[in-house]
Parts: sequence; structure tokens; C-alpha cells
Amino acid sequence: MMKAERLIKRTLPAMAGAAAAALLLAGCGGASVNQTAAAAGATGTPCGTVNVAMNAWVGYTADAAVYSYVAKNKLGCSIVQKDLNEQVSWQGLASGEVDLIIENWGHADLTKQYITDQKVAVDAGPTGNEGHIGWYVPPWMAEKYPDITDGQNLNKYASLFTTSESGGKGQVLDGDPAFVTNDEALVKNLNLDYKVVFAGSEAALIQSFRTAQQNKTPLLGYFYEPQWFLSEVPLKKVNLPAWTEGCDANPEKVACDYPTYKLNKIISKKLDDSGSPAAKLAKGFTWTNEDQNSVATDIQGGMTPEAAAKKWVDAHQSVVDKWLS
Amino acid sequence: MSVLLQVRKTAQPAPATVSEPRRRPSRRAILLLSAAAIWILGFLVLNGTATLALPASELTDLHRSLNQFNAWVAANRADNPLFLYVFTPLRSAVDAVASLFTTTFAATATGLRLPEIGWLGTVGLLTWIALAVGNVRVALLTAAVFVFFGIQGLFVEATYTFALVLTAVLLTLLVGIPLGILAGIYGRVARVITPVLDFMQTLPTFVYLAPLALVFLIGPASAVIATVIYAAPPVIRLTAHGIRRIPDNTREASDSLGTTGLQRLLTLQLPMARRTIVMGINQGTMAALSMVTIAALIAAPGLGQTVVRALQSLDVGTAVNAGLSIVLLAIVLDRVTTAASRRAEPGSARRRRLSRRTRTVLLGISFAVVLVMVQLSRTVLWAAAFPADLNLGPQIVQAVNSASHWLQSNLSLFTVSLREGVTGAVLNPFQSLLTDTPFYVLVTVIAIVAYALGGWKLATLATACLGVIIYLGLWSDSMVTLAGTLVATAVVMVLGIVFGVAMGRSSRVDQFLRPLLDAGQTMPSFVYLVPFLGLFGATRFTAIVAGIIYAAPVAIKITADGISGISPTVVESAVASGSTPWQVITKVQLPMARQSLALAANQGLIYVLAMVVVGALVGAGGLGYDVVAGFVQSSIFGKGLAAGLAIVFLGIMMDRMTQAAAAAPARRIPSKSTT
Repeated sequence: MMKAERLIKRTLPAMAGAAAAALLLAGCGGASVNQTAAAAGATGTPCGTVNVAMNAWVGYTADAAVYSYVAKNKLGCSIVQKDLNEQVSWQGLASGEVDLIIENWGHADLTKQYITDQKVAVDAGPTGNEGHIGWYVPPWMAEKYPDITDGQNLNKYASLFTTSESGGKGQVLDGDPAFVTNDEALVKNLNLDYKVVFAGSEAALIQSFRTAQQNKTPLLGYFYEPQWFLSEVPLKKVNLPAWTEGCDANPEKVACDYPTYKLNKIISKKLDDSGSPAAKLAKGFTWTNEDQNSVATDIQGGMTPEAAAKKWVDAHQSVVDKWLS
Repeated sequence: MSVLLQVRKTAQPAPATVSEPRRRPSRRAILLLSAAAIWILGFLVLNGTATLALPASELTDLHRSLNQFNAWVAANRADNPLFLYVFTPLRSAVDAVASLFTTTFAATATGLRLPEIGWLGTVGLLTWIALAVGNVRVALLTAAVFVFFGIQGLFVEATYTFALVLTAVLLTLLVGIPLGILAGIYGRVARVITPVLDFMQTLPTFVYLAPLALVFLIGPASAVIATVIYAAPPVIRLTAHGIRRIPDNTREASDSLGTTGLQRLLTLQLPMARRTIVMGINQGTMAALSMVTIAALIAAPGLGQTVVRALQSLDVGTAVNAGLSIVLLAIVLDRVTTAASRRAEPGSARRRRLSRRTRTVLLGISFAVVLVMVQLSRTVLWAAAFPADLNLGPQIVQAVNSASHWLQSNLSLFTVSLREGVTGAVLNPFQSLLTDTPFYVLVTVIAIVAYALGGWKLATLATACLGVIIYLGLWSDSMVTLAGTLVATAVVMVLGIVFGVAMGRSSRVDQFLRPLLDAGQTMPSFVYLVPFLGLFGATRFTAIVAGIIYAAPVAIKITADGISGISPTVVESAVASGSTPWQVITKVQLPMARQSLALAANQGLIYVLAMVVVGALVGAGGLGYDVVAGFVQSSIFGKGLAAGLAIVFLGIMMDRMTQAAAAAPARRIPSKSTT
């Protein structure tokens, strides 16, 4: 009994403390510095909070940075950026964790699931960027082996691309497993003597291509544009059998190149219905591949995304005004 | 996992059997040798046949039907009673608790997004709690670390993580302690619950993130639920253990006074088990922290997100900065809960310097100060948001980045050739020995080894586990994972023996190394990836190195305990009879610590296996990759789920086999040591 009593005696002050703190919170709810400052900050139509999914490539970061900068500074929105993988972000549209995916690459299956069937998300129109995915080699290889850019000849050069990770076959270097990719299926269905190895991220992919060009070492890898890196090292695309409508319908049987993606924005139904100016901005947001590359290059060069966004917005005031009107 | 260890350690070394008269080479040796012979022959003759390789893009029918789970959830979310009455309310309830804590400590959704209690109040309140449940030292540590989070520029992220850990731990205790009490009192409950806990602890964290996110949607709620699942086993186990450990005669004495079951529980069993229960809370908290960081992948806010983003952009500086925060948070949580468990120790009250009354008064006064700090942090901006002038985060990041660039440019020749050398000379040959041998040969070999170690029962179990893996369609990937795990475990054992012997033989080395190892064990697995990604890039090798570093501390500690546990008389008599130190180690200490070595191998394996999956984030292939890819690509969701199960069965098989090796009676002492 003594021990139990002592236990109570010791935990009691802790409990009382927590309770007192809670009471204190409830009591002073109105006077918080948080709320007063907020009231002063908001002007015009209330915007509220926008949750922006952040997918892991610099081009996406550029789009999101500019959107966030404009929403924050011109509309007074609170922006919450969440680092999420592409497909996980879509799940967030359903759960309310995500309001905006600013650069979506295709995903017909998810579009059907979340926009058509569950009706939790809305297509907010194209970003104006055109996306290409494909297999690329560093420029020195395209010079030395001119016929390498024809996918038919890949098996001839497979031995060049072997590494300790590829098990005696040629290596196709992919990025993040979360990126849109058919490469495993392509290797199999085109009977290529290659193995897909994942670098793990866009950054690792870029570093590999940069070293390959510098040291003139062979490398075949997954890459895409718009991409700021292509202006530093103009990678050469390898042509696989051309894309035709429906050739990539079954992910296990794909034997054709990637389509051209009209990149678009997805917003949650919740944000769309709220009538917030943030939804209007999301729908209005369009720019060109050059615009995205210039912001991405600045971010890559060490600027914070916010500073890079500010620089672009200051230089393109008229474009931004068009989004907002 | 360290709980597993603690529970097991109690069932430790049976004294070495009396040496038998000299005999022929043991049956076990013959069996093991013949297994090796079959394997090599099978590899050479039947190389490349029946390897059951499944290309990464292909699915089996089983995977496709598991994929259907995805569609089923989507179709049923709105109207299925299971969702309407169980999952959705559960999610909202957990979400409510989580947002209560995150808005209190980290950020609100409105206005300036300042938390209800600003940084000054948070630091004050947490320091006071550390003082109340622990002592002055841990209170000072808490204050210092939380202020340092601000200096790192990560105060908001750190408090998010802290708030989620707090939520998860509270819910874990709510679930875990009653279950633990039941399991402690009723043997039947314990028998039902133990295999479930075993299963939960072998299940790699990634595996249940995907289905949980599907059912509970992404966000803090599913992160907390995942964390509760991960953190509950140690709490349940230790609570049950604490209650079961109470001596029978104490219990009988209380029974003879006529106590009822409830009285016995409240007045005898819970108070006597208190210290063990608090130890369970400690273990549960550490597990929760490690899971909350990984749950960043399903949109749990906090430090984990910073690490994930940094890993993806190869930003070593940011990753190290955030990793450091996680480590510091781990140290604070560990020290405070440990101090609380010391305080809970019976009789600790007598050793205190302050009388209870003085202490209460002091706590009361300091609480008044804390209240002032809380009020300040709600009304004054500098006390609400951490002052930006004191934020040294960018400088830290930059310094680490330049150091890492320097290392990379100056060491790249060394690191790359080391990586290529080890991969080419050890990893690839060993992996092909596993993947290119026909599956039936390997199943036979493993069954023979299992029979040699643990008889028919173990052989059946091992064959059954392998059968399940074949059924899951992931044999080849499992062999890739097995290869990496075994290579890493071998290195872990070498480290374990070298450092364990050094520690076991010299108390000075022990005193120096043990705090380092303790710190190493409290760190969440995620953090280990960071430095090696910077050094070695994303490859299998990186994942293996991270696994080695993650698993080495536990193996070293067990080995050291085994060596120092040998009776000094035996060692002295060996020295007296003229043995050199080398002879003492190889002929006396290692053979006599054989069971500890096997136990170290067991724990090393389990730790490495847990890391191999996380290592898939930095390029480990095999099952880990399937799990990670299944998590991020909905078209291979089912395959990822199957791969998670395959890891569990691989883990159960290796765990039981090494346990059998540890439990087997030792051979004659002078014979050569085995590992």
C-alpha cells in the first residue's frame, strides 16, 4: 500500500502540472500572439492553408516554389509543403493531407481512381510543360558510337555498360523507384541484355551522368525533360520503338517508348469547392519549360527555392498577374 | 528488438557439459560438411537451372490478387461497415489526439502557425517534467537539447517528432500495459500473444506502412497507428515479464492474507513490477522514435521528412543536421525514461538527498516559473517562435557539406575501390552461389543444416519457411537479401569478436566503449544511412555497411558479456600453465563463450535483416527493393506486400536456426571454436 501511495504522490504533481497547463491554455485562448498577428497579416479574400505535395525532383520543386511564393505573398495563404512520393501524394488528396500536386506525370490509373471514381480530386489543367521520359547516354558516347542512339543496337553495346551491380549484363541506371518507369518491362519485352539498377534519386542520377561525361565512362540511364541538367550536359536520347496509343496499357507487357506527357496540376476537391483564391491560382498557373529550367538551375546553384522563386516572379510580373486575374 | 535480447538473455548459458571421452568427428560436423558438399556440387553442376528468378517487372497471380486489396479498399471506403464503424472512427480519434499534441508543441493550422505553447514554454515545461519524473541532470540535458534544436534551425520539426512520439507512446501504453498484465497473469494469454509479438517484431517497418496507409490514409494518424504497432511489443513483453517475475512465495504470502485478484494486482503485482514496466516504457519510446522518423514516408511531419528529403537530394549536410537532432532526441528520451525507471526502483527513496517535502516545494516553485514561461511564449513573439538570429542551421549544413565534399573528392579513390573490391570479390560471388544454385538443392542444404542444429522439428520449420517464400514467388530476391544479410552478419561477428574480446578482457576498454555502443543502439536505423550514402553512393554495399554499423553494437556487447562472464579461475589457471594471451583467447575464452557468440550472431542477423529493408532506400536490391517499390508504385503493391511476408519468414527461419545453435550444448572445451 505504501508503494502505491508513493507512486500516486509522485505522479500527482506531474498530473496536476499537465492539467494546470491545459487549463492555462484554455483560459488564455483568445490572447495568443499567433492569432493577433494573423489577423493583421491577412488582406482581401481569406485564403487559408494549402497543403502542397513536394515530389522529389528539382523541376517539381521549382513549380512548387513559385506557386508557394505567389500564394503566400500575393494572396496571404499559409503554405504547408509535404515531402511525399508521387503516388503517395495522390492518396493524400483523399485523406485531406494534400491539396495540390503541381506537376503530375500521366498516372491514368490514379486519375481514374481519384478523379473519376472517388471524386476527391480535380484536374486543374496543364502546367504548360511538356514532359519526355526516355533512355539517355552522355554526349561523348553519341559522338564516339553514332549508332548507339538507335535502340536496335543496344545489345551490341551491352558489354560497355556492365558494372559490379548489373550481374554481367549492361546496366540501365534508373532514378527513384517512385518515378514513373517501365524500364524493367522494357528490358524484358525488347529482349535487351540489360539489368535495371536504381540510383535511388534524381540527384544520384544527375551525379552519375555528370561523372560519366567528365571521365568519359559509359552510362545508359533513365532521364527526362524539362530538366535543368540538360543545359549543363546535353544528354542524347536513345530511340526505343515509338509510342503508339495503348501500347503501354499493360505495365507488364510494355515494349514501346514513353509517351509525351502533358504535365498537369491536380487539386483536391476540398480546395476546389472552398472558393479560395489558392484554387484559382492553381488553375491559372502555366509557364514554359525554359521558365522551369531557369528556376531549377537557380535552386540547383545553391539558392533557396524561395529566393529563386522571388527572382523569377520579379522578372515575370505580367505572367503572374495573368495567373491571378 | 533489444527486448527480445533481454528476455532471451535471462534464459542464458547453461553450464558447459562435462567433457565427454574422445569420440569420432561429431554427427553434426558430418552433416554440415555434407550439406556444404551438396551445395557446391549443385552449384557447379546445375548452375543457373531452376533458379526461380522473377524479373522485377513481372508479377505472379498471387501478387495480382494482393493488388486487388488496393482496389477493394478504394471501393469499400465509403460504405463498408468495417470502414464506417471501425477504421474511420479510429482514424479520427487518433488524429484528434495527435493534433492535440502537435498543435500544443509544434504548430497550429491557423494564423502564423505558431504552436499553442511557444518554444520557451515548451522548453520550460519539458524540463520541468524531466525534473519531476527524473532528476536534475536529465532536466538540464532536456533543456540544453531542446534549445540546441532551435540553434540547429529545426525546433518546429523536432517538436513535431516529439509530439508524435508522445501521442504514440501514450496510445501504446493504453494498449500495451493492459495486454501485458493479462499476459503476465494468465499463462494462456501469454501463449497466444507471444507468437503474435514475435511476428510483429520480425515484420520490417516498411511492410505495414503500405497497407496501413491504404486503410487509414496517409497522415499523422496512420503514422501513429504504425508506430503503436511497432512500439507495443516491448511494452507488452516487459510488463508481462515484470509481473511473472514476482517470486511465488511473495505472492503466496499476499494470498494467505486473503487478497482478491484485483487487490493483488494493485497492491502487489503492479508495484513490484513497476521498474520493469518503466523499462518497457523506455524501450517502447525508443522504438516509437525510430518508427516516427520512418513514417515520414506516409506524411508524418517532423525530422524524418527532413532526412528523407535530404537523402533524395544527396544533401549530406541537411541529413546530418537532422540526423543529429534525431540522435539527441533519442538520447533525451532514453535518459529521462531511464532516470524515471531508477526512481521507480524499490528503495530508491531512501537514497535521496532531499526530503520529500523539500522536493515537492521545489517542484511547486519551479512549476510556477514554468507557467510564467508558458504564458510568455503565448503572448510575446520572441518566446513563441525561436529567434531567427540564433538559428545556426544553415552554417551547420554548409560546414558539413564542405567537409563531405572534401571527403568525397579526396577519399573517392579509396571508397570507390573499396566498394568495387568488396562487391566484386565477396558479395557478387556469394550472391551468385545463392541465386544460381537450383532452389531444390538449396532447400535440401538448409534443411540438412537445420536438422544438424535442431533436429527434425527445426528442419521441418526451415523447409516450411522456404516453402512459403517459394509460394510467394520471391525465391530469387530472397536469396539476394540472404546473401547481403549473411555477408553483413559475418562482418558483424568479426567486429563482435574483436571488440567483444577486448572489452571482456579489459575493463578500461569496456568503460570507454560501452557508452558509445549504448548511444549507437538508441539511434533510429534511418540515421545510419546518411553518412554512408555520402561516402559510397547508392549501392548494395552502402546498405550492407549501414547494416553492419547498426548491428555491431549489440553483437559486441553480447560477446563482451560472454567473455567477462567466464570464471576468472579458469582464465588464471590457463595463464598459470603458461598460455600466451593469444592461446588464452582462442583456446579458453572464445570456446567457453561459444553460446554468447551464437546469441550475438542471432541478434546480429535480426538487426542486419531489419536494416537491409531500410537500406533499400539507398540501393540494396532483393526483397527490400520490392517492399520499397511496392510502397511507391501501386501497380506492384501486391508484390511489395508479398516481399514483406517473405522477409518475415526468412527472419523466422534464421532466428530459429541461430537460436538452436546457441542452445546446443557446447563441445569439449579445448576443441576449436565455432561460430
